[in-house]
Amino acid sequence: MAAEEHAVEGAQEHAPQYATGGEYIQHHLGFLVFGQKEDGHWGFAHSEEEAKDMGFWSLNVDTMGISLVLGLIFLALFKTVSKKATSGVPGGLQNAIEMIVEMVQGNVKNTFHAKNDYIAPLSLTIFCWVFLMNLMDLVPVDVIPLLAQTIAGDSHLYFKAVPSTDVNITAGLALSVFIMIIYYSIKIKGVGGFFAELAFHPFGKWALPLNLVMELPAFLAKPVSLALRLFGNLFAGEVIFLVIALLGWFQLPLHFAWAVFHILVITLQAYLFMMLTIVYLNQAHNDH
Amino acid sequence: METIYAYTLISAALIFGICGAGTAIAFGNLGGKLIESSARQPELAPRLQTQFFLVAGFVDVISIIGVGMAMLFIFAVPFQV
Repeated sequence: MAAEEHAVEGAQEHAPQYATGGEYIQHHLGFLVFGQKEDGHWGFAHSEEEAKDMGFWSLNVDTMGISLVLGLIFLALFKTVSKKATSGVPGGLQNAIEMIVEMVQGNVKNTFHAKNDYIAPLSLTIFCWVFLMNLMDLVPVDVIPLLAQTIAGDSHLYFKAVPSTDVNITAGLALSVFIMIIYYSIKIKGVGGFFAELAFHPFGKWALPLNLVMELPAFLAKPVSLALRLFGNLFAGEVIFLVIALLGWFQLPLHFAWAVFHILVITLQAYLFMMLTIVYLNQAHNDH
Repeated sequence: METIYAYTLISAALIFGICGAGTAIAFGNLGGKLIESSARQPELAPRLQTQFFLVAGFVDVISIIGVGMAMLFIFAVPFQV
């Protein structure tokens, strides 16, 4: 809480003054975009219009960097703990990580019925990575952007701290899961079996177009809902943090209350992403 | 411009309200059924709870996407002319 207060005071000293609350929030919804500018050379966008003009071939450096760093932290942490693991009395960290691993293992065993050694590590990675990315939401909204502005010496730069409020990240995760669904469907059932599942399923083979119309949207909705669920939850949470940050001194208890509630959302969304991945992949492995 | 702002706010309010109503009904049903079945078979309660959270995720996705969209409409007004 003290950090939050400090960040807001700092924001009033250094950062550009915002005319309205809407402007403050709008500024905080932007990204640090790297791409080709209108005059032809590559660099960071300094305003929202400039970022928009870069079009498709631009990169959100901030969310990508933070998600990569968090992924490396997850890997390094789990690797050191598993190297140092003892069968004697475990320390606190080893206990916590064993709990996470056992939770994921239990869920995979209960939900996933085919045999595939790849699913449990995948679920563990998804759970921990998404959880860490969501956890960045609990860092006070102005701390990391202000740090980045101070280091870069540019008050117009905005550094987004929460990777999962960037739809590119969540859509990337969901698309990789979607590709795995298609891969395993074709691998287990063959191309014909996969097509038959989409085309002949509810009404038999004489109603093929109707079947396709019913099954294809449900199939394509999987990655979309997976991506938008995570993005929507975290985006809404982030915007509410930003709205609370406009309130002056009243923000301290409100931030605390919303942060406590948000811990539930963070864990639940990471858990849901993992569970739905397992469920979808189980459907892909299910040979009728 | 003012008309656009006004309509945007009204649409955001409608999104919030209708999404909230739908999710409220769904969560009422869901929680009620969870408690009912846990009372009937207490030994199944942990497994039901996992299923509950899974379905809770399904239930709140539309409303949370709606809330996100409404927030976007309010703060990052996309219809600027």
